[in-house]
Amino acid sequence: MARGEPSIELRRATRSFITPTGAMLTAIHDVDLTVAAGEFCAIVGPTGCGKSTTLSLISGLAPPTAGEVYVLGKPVTGVDPRVGFVFQSDALFPWRNVLDNVAAGPIFRGRPREEALARAADWIRRVGLSRFERHHPHQLSGGMRKRVALAQTMINEPAILLMDEPFSALDVQTRILMQDELLQLWSTAKASVVFVTHDLEEAIALADRVVVMTAGPATVKSSYPIDLPRPRVTSEIRFEPRFVELSRLIWNDLREEVLVSYRRAAGVAA
Amino acid sequence: MTEARITQAEAAAPAAAERLARRRRLVAVLQIAVLVVVLGAWELCSRTGIVDPFFFGMPSEVVQQIRTWIAEGTSLGPLWVQVLVTLEETLLGFAIGALLGVLFGVALGRNQLLADVFGIYIKIANSIPRVVLGSIFVIALGLGMPSKVALGVVMVFFVVFGNAFQGVREADRNLIANARILGASPRQVTWSVIMPSALGWILASLHVSFGFALVGAVVGEFLGARQGIGLLIATAQGAFNANGVFAAMFILAVVALAAESLITLVENRLLKWRPNQGPETGF
Ligand SMILES: Nc1ncnc2c1ncn2[C@@H]1O[C@H](COP(=O)(O)OP(=O)(O)O)[C@@H](O)[C@H]1O
Ligand SMILES: [Mg+2]
Repeated sequence: MARGEPSIELRRATRSFITPTGAMLTAIHDVDLTVAAGEFCAIVGPTGCGKSTTLSLISGLAPPTAGEVYVLGKPVTGVDPRVGFVFQSDALFPWRNVLDNVAAGPIFRGRPREEALARAADWIRRVGLSRFERHHPHQLSGGMRKRVALAQTMINEPAILLMDEPFSALDVQTRILMQDELLQLWSTAKASVVFVTHDLEEAIALADRVVVMTAGPATVKSSYPIDLPRPRVTSEIRFEPRFVELSRLIWNDLREEVLVSYRRAAGVAA
Repeated sequence: MTEARITQAEAAAPAAAERLARRRRLVAVLQIAVLVVVLGAWELCSRTGIVDPFFFGMPSEVVQQIRTWIAEGTSLGPLWVQVLVTLEETLLGFAIGALLGVLFGVALGRNQLLADVFGIYIKIANSIPRVVLGSIFVIALGLGMPSKVALGVVMVFFVVFGNAFQGVREADRNLIANARILGASPRQVTWSVIMPSALGWILASLHVSFGFALVGAVVGEFLGARQGIGLLIATAQGAFNANGVFAAMFILAVVALAAESLITLVENRLLKWRPNQGPETGF
């Protein structure tokens, strides 16, 4: 890949759904987004605006209705092996133990079982779950399940890592631990990351750039470079003056969209 | 404070186990009591003539009938041969029907076009009382084993098919998306995600469908056969031997219960990964 060539590029990407009543629902409209190689990009926006839809276009799980999506210089035509995806809800295979869950990717990709299991054990050690290799997902806490999901994704060494509100179901303490762990993993893997969240502080703490989306149908409203130094410790960075300044700046922008989205929901309910 | 709490908890554990064991014993005793009362009442009513033992039999006579069958054989030959014949027909019908049911269920569940085309015909076929097909099978396939197996297959197929189809449809879309991202081919998605998801549904249908396979075999034998428990029942009926009918029924129940516990065993092994459902101790 040529230097400076973007990892991900969306050009006027649009996706519409036909709702059960037969109406047309446009989830995202004319989204232009470029993510550089190795960049950590966070996307924030009101709930239901179309963030997950945007990720599904990049991942190749769904095609755009209009516009173009490029990943690593090529148009997306389906699931790409260089893309990893950490889902919002639990997507671990409940009938497999931790070891087999993490080894799933390499085994699907035709690696020998022995090798896959050895690498899985290594990744499980890296996320600190070696004692739980033989446990099934339902025997783990929410934070532990997220760690397994991270290991399951990272074992494939994705060049592009998509994350859809991965920590939103966790309690605050666990979430902060997981954020640090993610930055740790990312600093060695150097993947391009698109991290969707509705938590602005999380976005600023983690990302090189925060993209604000408008209330649905979503389009990119603005983009803020985050010039906080790395390596970052997410639990402490929150108290830095620059962090607070950035929070206030971006929140002013985001608040309008949240209000639009809120009024719309209230209007429908009334 | 903490220590005291731990000791309390430790003391509570054996007490809870003891309570649980006592409850289990109580249930077992009550279950046996119910059986004794029902059989005793039946025996008593027959002996005192409140019900006519000629029509309704009598437990002691039923036991006697089974003893005679075991010791001297039935009018059709040794008892164990009859049991084995019916069991073989049942197992064949069950196995073939379940296999076809899973195959079609997964195929139609995975392929929308197949589902749209064949769905309507399967619905129609499902609404026909299929036992009637037994007559066709006896005419077409003769008095031997194939006609009974065919009836069993037809009885089993629709139950297993319906559950397998539903199980495939209910597979978590998130899990499928995750598998695809991790690199699974469509075939790998079917084997690693769809099948394990649907397994619970399929195994649940096997409980019901073994009974259906047994009904298929027995009804098939009723309609025309040279051997088997169904024929034994038909013969006893022809001789107005109520005790014989009950004795054969008892033998069928034993077979069905044995199969049921075997299926439960397999189910528990295959679904070991599932969290324990329900509270650990009842109140
Ligand atoms: N498969 C679908 N069919 C119909 N509408 C959908 C579908 N997926 C998402 N939507 C709609 O698209 C909009 C954006 O959804 P989503 O991308 O999940 O939002 P977000 O992730 O930002 O919360 C929502 O209004 C949602 O109802
Ligand atoms: Mg979402």
